[in-house]
Amino acid sequence: MEAFTKHTGRAVPLRRSNVDTDQIIPAHWLKKVTRDGFEDGLFEAWRKDETFILNQPERKGATVLVAGPDFGTGSSREHAVWALQNYGFKTVISSRFADIFRGNSLKNGLLTVVLDQKIVEALQELSENDPQAEITVDLEAREVRAEGITASFELDENSRWRLLNGLDDISITLQNEADIAAYEAKRPSFKPRTLEV
Amino acid sequence: MGRTLAEKVWDDHVVRRAEGEPDLLFIDLHLLHEVTSPQAFDGLRKSGRQVRRLDLTIATEDHNTPTLDIDKPIADPVSRVQLETLRKNAAEFGVRLHPLGDVEQGVVHVVGPQLGLTQPGMTVVCGDSHTSTHGAFGGLAFGIGTSQVEHVLATQTLPLVRPKTMAITVNGELPDGVTAKDLILAIIARIGTGGGQGYVLEYRGSAIEKLSMEARMTICNMSIEAGARAGMIAPDQTTFDYLEGRVHAPKGEDWDAAVAYWKTLKTDEDAEFDAEVVIEAAELSPFVTWGTNPGQGAPLSAHVPDPASYEDASERLAAEKALEYMGLEAGQPLRSIKVDTVFVGSCTNGRIEDLRAAAELLKGRKVADGVRMLVVPGSARVGLQAVSEGLDVVFKDAGAEWRHAGCSMCLGMNPDQLAPGERSASTSNRNFEGRQGKGGRTHLVSPQVAAATAVLGHLASPADLSDAPVAAGV
Repeated sequence: MEAFTKHTGRAVPLRRSNVDTDQIIPAHWLKKVTRDGFEDGLFEAWRKDETFILNQPERKGATVLVAGPDFGTGSSREHAVWALQNYGFKTVISSRFADIFRGNSLKNGLLTVVLDQKIVEALQELSENDPQAEITVDLEAREVRAEGITASFELDENSRWRLLNGLDDISITLQNEADIAAYEAKRPSFKPRTLEV
Repeated sequence: MGRTLAEKVWDDHVVRRAEGEPDLLFIDLHLLHEVTSPQAFDGLRKSGRQVRRLDLTIATEDHNTPTLDIDKPIADPVSRVQLETLRKNAAEFGVRLHPLGDVEQGVVHVVGPQLGLTQPGMTVVCGDSHTSTHGAFGGLAFGIGTSQVEHVLATQTLPLVRPKTMAITVNGELPDGVTAKDLILAIIARIGTGGGQGYVLEYRGSAIEKLSMEARMTICNMSIEAGARAGMIAPDQTTFDYLEGRVHAPKGEDWDAAVAYWKTLKTDEDAEFDAEVVIEAAELSPFVTWGTNPGQGAPLSAHVPDPASYEDASERLAAEKALEYMGLEAGQPLRSIKVDTVFVGSCTNGRIEDLRAAAELLKGRKVADGVRMLVVPGSARVGLQAVSEGLDVVFKDAGAEWRHAGCSMCLGMNPDQLAPGERSASTSNRNFEGRQGKGGRTHLVSPQVAAATAVLGHLASPADLSDAPVAAGV
């Protein structure tokens, strides 16, 4: 996973609540068997509307998505995270994220930042008034900074440490091989098996 | 202090606990399908890793599979590649796979329980958010992303932060004609699509205890639509009776040991939940959605709400956008909404009891002119059972299409889709924009409401059918 320490970029204010993962990446894109090439599928239906925020020329190259509450609801598809990253987003700010989407984002180095809805709206307003305005998301300081706005955010220490160092979860878990083997040895015999071994 | 059911199951699966770290949890059953696994197998290959516990892993094909002409090559080349990729991965790594055409093929959340692989007190994961279905047996079951699929394949564990617990207590008894689907839609409308975020839901109370296993699966299935990764119901005699004799259920002494353990799996009387919601079953009636998220629902007897009536600005905006997308007017009676398509199926309502309920209402009646009705069993086995009971004939006689098993029109990854502007009454779980096909409009309903709607051509409940003629001699 790519490490995330600090990122500064222009924003896309997305004033919609309950942006579900079917909107982020529609199901027909899920037939791909790779982790890349999803950028054209990002918000595919909404991008057909010329006035959609992502189609506005001044939003080109923006890397910070500032979204309404309950972002990423619905399907567990990690493709939603890949689509946002493939398109160029480095971080998403919202007052609430769906649990599975949040977990997926943090495993891929897409930093999802939870801020109070009032601050999210202030960031959206700032970016709407000045599309060139930059937002800094600083994971080391756990802080979001923009003109006239400084807000701290929470992230559990373990997730932060993994993101800052770009660590692969599987390697960390495999360091506990002895614990896993010990657990396996004491599992009850009535637990089902899919295969005879 | 006592523990909740969720806490008991969690504690029983902790492989490693350390200060400042997530718990490392052992996973008892890992279900795979073609959509969320290819990148995970790629990851294993790149790092030279194997599947740690093939005996706790099983795969089936469901999301992409066609429901017609299943003996012919799959027409969509991209879907074909994805299914072939799963077949290659299963063969290379040694994973048990039930492919299209196999008698055990079907929607992954229908297959696990019917094989008896889903049991009380287990941890069950799958790269699919409706894995919450399996919580109906009293286990912790939740959807995971592809990175976690790879993690479970490699280690049979997941590092997880302990969720909070929420009790959803449903008192009394569901009135006649009110189903598990109506109940869960009403719960989601009450707590909202984000209400369960960070929680495991435990459904309890007399109305829940009276439900069949299949109805319990319908409830737990849609926990994710309330924002909760998992929902669960304490196992009881209904659970044990469902499991006994199934292929992978414990046998002999193992059965006795298992039942003794399963009986301990209930929330202690002095346990405390982090949140509690109480619902009176008697107040419920058939429930449908009018909007573009599963929380935007109302009793069928109600009217399309006026967005101006919402105090919260983002809810008001969401309602405005939903009405625009759905092509509905504020104040319109929900019963006046005409549909072109009715879909009965999915991991929510594609089991035999669902098909029986729909068939009972369709028997001797006809699907309305201009309405297309698709009936898609949740698994090949459910399809065979339905045929043995003659349900397929009932559906076909009524003018419905009887199809092969799969996810089908729930998410339209296969050819079963809505055309732009088409409107469905669907027994599936999501009414998101474009979920069933680009520009398609979805109303989530129970199988009974789906059948009544098919006959009358507009959203309707079985009670509305009393006036519709039943063909003579049936």
